[in-house]
Amino acid sequence: MKNYDRLIFELSVKGRTGYSLPKCEINNYALNDLNSTLLRTEQPDLPEVSELDVIRHYTNISHKNFGVETGFYPLGSCTMKYNPKINEEIAAMKAFNSVHPLQSASEVQGVLKIYYELQAMLADISGLAAYTLNPFAGAHGELTGLMIMKEYHLQRKDFKRTKVIVPDSAHGTNPASASICGFEIIEIKSTQEGTVDLEQLKLALSDEVAGMMLTNPNTLGIFENNIIEISKLVHDAGGLMYYDGANLNALLGKVRPGDMGFDIMHINLHKTFSTPHGGGGPGSGPVGVKEFLVPYLPNPQVKLLDGHYYFNWNQDSIGSVSGFYGNFKVWLRAYVYILTLGKENLKLVGEYSTLNANYVRVNLEDDFYLPIKGFSMHECVFDGLKDQSSGVTTLDVAKRLLDYGFHAPTIYFPLLFHQSIMIEPTETESKQTLDDFIAVMKKVAEEAKNDPQMMKLAPHTTPISRIDEVYAAKKMILTYKDYLKENR
Amino acid sequence: MSKVLEGYFYAESHEWAKKENQFAYIGITDFAQAQLGNVVFVDLPEVGALVKKGKEFGAVESVKAASDLISPVSGKVVEINEDLVGEPEVINQDAFASWLIKVEISNPADFNDLMSAEAYKNIAK
Repeated sequence: MKNYDRLIFELSVKGRTGYSLPKCEINNYALNDLNSTLLRTEQPDLPEVSELDVIRHYTNISHKNFGVETGFYPLGSCTMKYNPKINEEIAAMKAFNSVHPLQSASEVQGVLKIYYELQAMLADISGLAAYTLNPFAGAHGELTGLMIMKEYHLQRKDFKRTKVIVPDSAHGTNPASASICGFEIIEIKSTQEGTVDLEQLKLALSDEVAGMMLTNPNTLGIFENNIIEISKLVHDAGGLMYYDGANLNALLGKVRPGDMGFDIMHINLHKTFSTPHGGGGPGSGPVGVKEFLVPYLPNPQVKLLDGHYYFNWNQDSIGSVSGFYGNFKVWLRAYVYILTLGKENLKLVGEYSTLNANYVRVNLEDDFYLPIKGFSMHECVFDGLKDQSSGVTTLDVAKRLLDYGFHAPTIYFPLLFHQSIMIEPTETESKQTLDDFIAVMKKVAEEAKNDPQMMKLAPHTTPISRIDEVYAAKKMILTYKDYLKENR
Repeated sequence: MSKVLEGYFYAESHEWAKKENQFAYIGITDFAQAQLGNVVFVDLPEVGALVKKGKEFGAVESVKAASDLISPVSGKVVEINEDLVGEPEVINQDAFASWLIKVEISNPADFNDLMSAEAYKNIAK
């Protein structure tokens, strides 16, 4: 059923039902009180299918899924590590499932204890004073962190600081979050080695700069060796340092952003701390700060007094960024993950993820062009095939990988190179898997030389081969109704 | 190998400018369109808007990436190429014929900082 491609609507047969509802016990609807424009005049357009139709349909569709649990998924900058099942087991426990956000603090002491302890663990791991777990996603965390930066300057009555420095290698969310927060962006160019250019930074700094956003290791998987000096320059100019936690996996238990001079950071729990990667959510983007910024953390905060956990509402806070206190079941999984590994094993995450990325890098150097030499951290970036004479591009390589059962790495990002291939294996992959992947990558490089035409048409074994990307972007068909209109 | 035409001025950010009396036509180079891949959308300023040399005046989006358009010269937008809005893919067919905006030049000396075709050839490869 690999090529199963039906829509549930197409299975519909008039009059077929897969359910039986109990007799309706309410006879008196006060429909007359409703505005007639709110009343439905025709039946909803729902598929009429049996239970078995539905089960087969969704089971067949599910077989088309590709995830970490089906195969290797080396998506750069996304840290697609395997999420241990113990996270799920704990999160599914009845005690956690029946908690309601409107319950009083005294009734949910256990939940608040986990909140309090997790934020303390994250603070310990990152060298900061305290965390809020309230933001619903990494990007939400970024916005929250920048609001804290803004509030800090405003409460000092330093109204001139309206600009945020972002390196050109940054993730797109950095300038986006800063812009949404009302800051003007100063983009600074990277050095040839892909790191922050200190001279460019000095030129950009002024008393109008609120702070700088940085990922370390950066988007090329390179550690910013000048980080102490960068922090000092920004601090001397009166700005704050913001750490984008996207690449925290490489440093886990080894180096702490707080020690590098960062004042504020967010963590993408789904990357580093093995919570589910969305599909749109639910996510979690905790934000941590140095001691002097703690008063600005969003409300409510969870505090501990005489063995009792309570919600604290702080006057200086930026306010609430979420209803209640974040996605509990998501940060619960991160809590389980950290406790499962323990402090002594957490640092192996950074070590193994870095070792794996370097293993891949060294083994592919002969076939793929490595624009920046030297050690990488948790991911490595190639600029396409070493031999590009046959016209085979990074896109073709990525498509061909699908034929071999691998998810494609991140391509055409970072934007610093024209043919970027960004590989992040993570610490959860074995040497065998990496060897298989390396062998296939080498084989694909060989195929690119010998049979470029075949590469241009790859993938050959997937249900759908190349899609018309221009048509898909220009002519979006998002609903079944649109589809019918288009195909009538 | 990308096309680089004589008679055009080039910016490092891969836009071209073509002078016509006090006006300049501005577009992206053949190299830029090749790197971007299939263009699916262009975002252009309004007629009357002021563009500044070295500053963003719009964006071009392809199946691969979205890129800012950087103006090679300063001036006032007197016309935009409406045809591109509905049919941005013509940029891929002929980048030098597909001008994006027409600008009334405010500082003719801006052209001194731009590259000749000869100089740009070294960058566009």
